Amino acid sequence: MEQKYEPVIGLEVHAQLKTKTKIFCGCSTVFGQEQNTSVCPVCLGLPGTLPVLNEKVVELGVKTGLAFNCHIAGQFKFDRKNYFYPDLPKAYQISQFDKPLCYEGSIEIHVNGEDRKIEIVRAHLEEDAGKLLHDEQNRMSDSCVDYNRTGTPLLEIVSGPDLRSAEEAHAYLSCVKSILKYLEVSDCNMQEGSLRCDANISVRLVGQDKLGVKTEIKNMNSFKAVEKAINYEIKRQIELIENGEKVVQETRLWNADEGKTRSMRSKEEAHDYRYFPEPDLPYMRLDGAFIERLKATLPELPHARFQRFVRDFKLSEYDASVLTAEKDIAEYFETCVSIFSDAKTVSNWVMGDLMKALNEGNKSLSDNLVTPGRLAELLGLVKDQTISLRSAKVVFGEIFLTGKSAKSIVDEKGLVQISDTSALEKIVDDVIKKNPKSVADFKGGQTKAISFLMGQAMKMSQGKANPKLVNEMIKNKLS
Amino acid sequence: MPLSKKDIEYTSTLAHVQLSEKEKTLYLGQLESILKYIEKLNELDTTNVLPMDHVLDLENVFRKDEIKPSVNRDQVLNQAPKQQDGFFLVPPVIE
Repeated sequence: MEQKYEPVIGLEVHAQLKTKTKIFCGCSTVFGQEQNTSVCPVCLGLPGTLPVLNEKVVELGVKTGLAFNCHIAGQFKFDRKNYFYPDLPKAYQISQFDKPLCYEGSIEIHVNGEDRKIEIVRAHLEEDAGKLLHDEQNRMSDSCVDYNRTGTPLLEIVSGPDLRSAEEAHAYLSCVKSILKYLEVSDCNMQEGSLRCDANISVRLVGQDKLGVKTEIKNMNSFKAVEKAINYEIKRQIELIENGEKVVQETRLWNADEGKTRSMRSKEEAHDYRYFPEPDLPYMRLDGAFIERLKATLPELPHARFQRFVRDFKLSEYDASVLTAEKDIAEYFETCVSIFSDAKTVSNWVMGDLMKALNEGNKSLSDNLVTPGRLAELLGLVKDQTISLRSAKVVFGEIFLTGKSAKSIVDEKGLVQISDTSALEKIVDDVIKKNPKSVADFKGGQTKAISFLMGQAMKMSQGKANPKLVNEMIKNKLS
Repeated sequence: MPLSKKDIEYTSTLAHVQLSEKEKTLYLGQLESILKYIEKLNELDTTNVLPMDHVLDLENVFRKDEIKPSVNRDQVLNQAPKQQDGFFLVPPVIE
């Protein structure tokens, strides 16, 4: 059934730009301040006040636009979007309507082993609204309003209707987040609301050009929720059509507890926003030199880095995508490889032991004691057979806790691998003597018995025996 | 373009203003005469005139991204008809 239909999805991403102050006034944008303490006459929309644009907002907006391969408007303006809602003290939101800061761009995403180009229709600046709190128990009681968030600078990034599945939407969203974080223009924290996403979804028969009737889904608070909500909505629309019913154009809210979207009680005609040019803010004109200067500051972006990692380090696409998703991980990896050149081994350690330790220790890469230099040193000790792989895991744990050098931990704990054949021979002879049954099994053709004997030898040497040599020695002695 | 009572009702709904039947008729007449007055402008030839979407002759007015003190919360909340625990209170809004 699902193959008969093709979903058409476009995403609107709201990213909070990383500024110290709000877009039109000097109130702080720090998250989690006590309610209504970061407000002033401008963001409260008191009569007689005038907004003044924060120059940092323009800089961050232009940088983002450039990274999304957008045209940057030489001249732009703001407009008023009019609607009544208690989270909007002025009863209008200052946004951009027909002359957005950035327009007509695109990004490459990598999904299911292929590169897809997704159009960016526009990216415009606007102010955020306040926060409303409702008493869920008593739905008739008053709602509380906190205006701290009012006037927080947002960049709304609108994709074309180019996404064809929830999986693609997820990949696109990951890519957008990754770019924003590489640029350091947004914290992209979905829990704190610094990254939000709405989805426009419709379905049509495969091969049909005309778009179906779309619904807009809001209230998705995580990447997982976006994926689930889209899948739910696709199925819901297909079922409606199959039953001979019609999809109604409306806004629907995702309910994570029920795993369903439901219609927002749509106030009729409420969507006439009567945009008009904001008379309190003058036109902005950007000169080419300013844009060029910002262009020169753009870092290598995730997709380019992903391709370079596959090409230059011969990493698998999966490894390359994990390592390049976040800038600091990619940089850590590259620093490490510049010292210890076996990229595959570094990749395994970074994606395995390091990530695991960071997760379990609830630490970030930057405040972790295993610096790229320390990890490279450790890998060097394994490579030149000073220590066994097994000891290396122990040493890694010690570096993570203490930040000491691998060499000093190896000396302290006496972990230097025993590669001296006479010392190993004593251990191997002892193991053979003490385990006649396994020896007999091995001689009787049960080759698996050797791993038990190996284990015993390693145990006896407290993990220090060179496993390769022990293995050879046992085989020689028993053949 | 002649106005109808529907236009008056639509505009008042958007503005959240409730009008009596008498007021609707009154404003319909007034609005019509205003629009008719403005329509005079159509007599002018504007073929070579760019649309003006802004009245200010200014450009590029910016401020630095520097924190300025916010105002005292009590002072702000005391302007509102209802408040509680540092919040503004508004009639229930349920989506």
